[in-house]
Amino acid sequence: MATMSDTSGSDTSGSGATGAEGGVFSGPGWPRMEPRLIGNPDPLLLVRGVSKWFGGVQAVQDVSLTVERGESVGLVGPNGAGKTTLFNCVCGQLQHESGSIEFDGVELDRLPTFKRARLGIGRTYQRVEVFSDMTVYDHLMVSERARMGTGRMWKDLLNLSSPTPEERSRVGAVLDLVGLADKADVPVSALGLGMCRLVELARALVGEPILLMADEPSSGLDVHETRELASVLRTLQHERGMAVLLVEHDLGMVGEVVDRAVVMDLGQVIADGPFDTVMANPEVRNAYLGVSA
Amino acid sequence: MEQFAGFAIPGVPYGCTYAIVAVGLVLTYQATGVFNFAFAAQAYMSAFVFTLLTEHEHMPVLLAFFLSVVVLAPVVGLAMDRFLFRKIPNTNTTAKVVTGLSLLVGIPALLPVLFGNENLYNTPSLVFNPNVVYFHLFGSPINGIYMSTIIVTAAVLVAVVALMRFTNLGLQMRGAVESRRLVQLDGVNAGGVVAVAWAISSFLAGLAGVLLAPIYAQLQAQDYITLMVGAIAAAAWGVLRSMPIAALVSILIGVADTVAQGYLPTGSVLYSAVLPSLPFIVLVLALLFVPGMRSLDDAKDPLSSVDPPLPPRITASRVPQLDRIIRVLWYALLAGFVVSMLTWMPQNWENVFNSGLAFATIFLSITLITGMGGQLSLSQATLAGVGAFTAAQLANHLGLSMLVGGIVGAALAAVVAVVLALLSLRLKGLGLALMTLAAALFFDNTIFSQTSITNGQVGLALHHNWATPLNLINSNGHEFFIVAMVVIVVCVLVILQVRKGTVGMYLAAMRGSETASSGIGINLTWQKISIFALSGAVAGVGGTLLAIQQTVANSSQFNYQLSLAFVVIVITTGVGTVEGAIQAGISFVVMQQLLTYLPARFGGTSLVFVLFAFGAMNYAAHPEGILEFQKRRWTTRFERLLFKDKDAGSGLNPGGPTVPVSAAPGGVVVPGSSGGDYV
Repeated sequence: MATMSDTSGSDTSGSGATGAEGGVFSGPGWPRMEPRLIGNPDPLLLVRGVSKWFGGVQAVQDVSLTVERGESVGLVGPNGAGKTTLFNCVCGQLQHESGSIEFDGVELDRLPTFKRARLGIGRTYQRVEVFSDMTVYDHLMVSERARMGTGRMWKDLLNLSSPTPEERSRVGAVLDLVGLADKADVPVSALGLGMCRLVELARALVGEPILLMADEPSSGLDVHETRELASVLRTLQHERGMAVLLVEHDLGMVGEVVDRAVVMDLGQVIADGPFDTVMANPEVRNAYLGVSA
Repeated sequence: MEQFAGFAIPGVPYGCTYAIVAVGLVLTYQATGVFNFAFAAQAYMSAFVFTLLTEHEHMPVLLAFFLSVVVLAPVVGLAMDRFLFRKIPNTNTTAKVVTGLSLLVGIPALLPVLFGNENLYNTPSLVFNPNVVYFHLFGSPINGIYMSTIIVTAAVLVAVVALMRFTNLGLQMRGAVESRRLVQLDGVNAGGVVAVAWAISSFLAGLAGVLLAPIYAQLQAQDYITLMVGAIAAAAWGVLRSMPIAALVSILIGVADTVAQGYLPTGSVLYSAVLPSLPFIVLVLALLFVPGMRSLDDAKDPLSSVDPPLPPRITASRVPQLDRIIRVLWYALLAGFVVSMLTWMPQNWENVFNSGLAFATIFLSITLITGMGGQLSLSQATLAGVGAFTAAQLANHLGLSMLVGGIVGAALAAVVAVVLALLSLRLKGLGLALMTLAAALFFDNTIFSQTSITNGQVGLALHHNWATPLNLINSNGHEFFIVAMVVIVVCVLVILQVRKGTVGMYLAAMRGSETASSGIGINLTWQKISIFALSGAVAGVGGTLLAIQQTVANSSQFNYQLSLAFVVIVITTGVGTVEGAIQAGISFVVMQQLLTYLPARFGGTSLVFVLFAFGAMNYAAHPEGILEFQKRRWTTRFERLLFKDKDAGSGLNPGGPTVPVSAAPGGVVVPGSSGGDYV
């Protein structure tokens, strides 16, 4: 598997990546976050008392959490805790039964998934979801177009749908960032699982999300690749002001990336705070290890 | 109350005819993971052979039953499993549906070819005498057929439920449905388990076929297919899983039918048009309101990642030099075809090719909806019919030229398609196929059956003045050819432009993963509606062309059976490319013409459908289509021959900028991807 871009660096300390110095984020293809978003005191994502049932099973029980602008939050917990279900509720792939979700001041509850995405929510999936007939480049281009909602049949018929230089530039910048530039024309069906996860990440990033929701992005990656992925996420947060909500079982990676951790167990939030503090919480240790304090 | 009971009670045995088929369908789905569209064909086959042996060979009933049901039906079921369904990955719903449809089309067409094209009447009853009324229930006579249907249905229901719930074999069957490969890792002979399931379900199909045959005066496959659709409606209410619910709903459909017949005035539209569509309406309601029917295809084989991916399209991966040569050859062939049609082509062959162009236009609508949109529609002939009848009626009543009327017809077909899309928004795969099939049957029974619309069996004969200002009818065919060529070129250009544009990218994304597509901001609802509308419009235009070419708009040109056959034909040649649709249209009519030179027994459309059906069975092995497969094969040979020194990609090694799929280091197929699912 190819390594990620040198610009995202081998700096694995989590203390800021070198990507910005490579110019990836400062070019016209990759605008920085608007100041109004950075300075806005309201939380970016506000989840209030959300519950979700599957038949007789309550997968998410009265969950509340916030993600501030530019903040990196880890959503951790054992299998079956309800993390992915909560992700699906936020993105609109599942409809929650009670509670409310706000994103950037907009009530999400009645919005379909595609409109939530266009508001600036990027997403990767626990189970890899790629477009099997498409190349890596096409993945990013379709995401770029979808974000803008510019696809019109009449434009296609009048041959007005060719990629613009700006689109090519943005796609190229993201491919460089995640280290997939040399695989741009490869069909994803020819890629391994780890590469596909990077394609998913790149596809989410090209939409310039304000919030990136990454669901177990390191699954299928080796230790080295996981460190580089952590570095990219940290870079995106620091240099672009992108908020990150990360579901991950690799707690080492979570520790490198996040500012704060929220722990879920059996559908409920059981702890919320700085990562090290939360991990020392007896209830969290009990949930993870099955040992009481 | 007594009157109600008098109407309702006869519905119970009538509903049992649906029930026995519904139980068989559910068993097959539960035990094999295949929704067996061929169930009706298998039932018809056993009934056909049984009747042939008893009536023509004068064989004893029990011996004929043994041969046709106990031996033949399971053997055919085992063959279907061994040679077809076993090759299809669990997750590839499209391949399973298409293979089932090819058998549904192919088996009834094959039987007359094998055994002679004779009409079969008076199938003997298996157990009780159909002419004897054994008792009266609330005043309703229960004869031998209904007696045997009720008893056998109840016995089969109990036996099959017990098999699935309480036996080790049933447990293994349920496991194998999820993933044959996974249960094999647990030491289960999954192949054997599924083969037994196929044998049992095929025996049930044969039993149902022979049991129900005496109901019909003449044995016809059509009756079995209609019966099966009613049974599908019942099975859908049980989410294709609950046999007791399927049986109960079957009986309720039967009761509702007889009660409605009793109360509705016989001359009313409700009686003549809506009542025959009752099972299809029940099916539509199930698809709309039973949540489980929306997630039929959500089950994933945990080991689906071991399925090989499809190779990229050959046109995207062959060496540029060969690409140029092939393009030049195509243009030369096209020019030669046009010149030939306008100069020396005999008139009968010119008519054949003209008809092929009309079919090709209809088939292009399948390329759009299925090849590009990934939506399996079984109602394209219906949409073509909407276009044709609209144009013909506008010409008949308003004196509008068929060419102008065709545009209105295309618009109306697009509107019908949009309604269908709105009803199907939450469906995919099998659910969508069933919804579109129900729509086609609804149109056949309710709209196209109205004399005021279609002029009944005779159809609307076209007049010369309907096709002004051009002389498209009864001429030497040149004018029609030019018009058809213009239409098809416009359609092809539209499709190619859409495919390479943003909407084409959205559709490709939608085919790959609807979840991820909506997650990046694609409005799936709008994309589905758009592609349904465009496909409906193209089908409407094609239907109008077909009506003009054949100088009649007849409901038999646009019935649901042809919708099924059209899908099978296009998928056989290649649903992913426009040339696949065009070659399907041309080869469909050319083969029919060639078969007229054979002895009458082999001639006609029957053998054409058999040939295409057998071709479609290759879909399991070559989901890219026979045409695409052959193109890949020959491209590889030519590349070896002509460019052996070139270090470039090839058909088998799609190099250039791309990495060879089969040779990709660690080339793991993406979990959750469609694997071999081309469309």
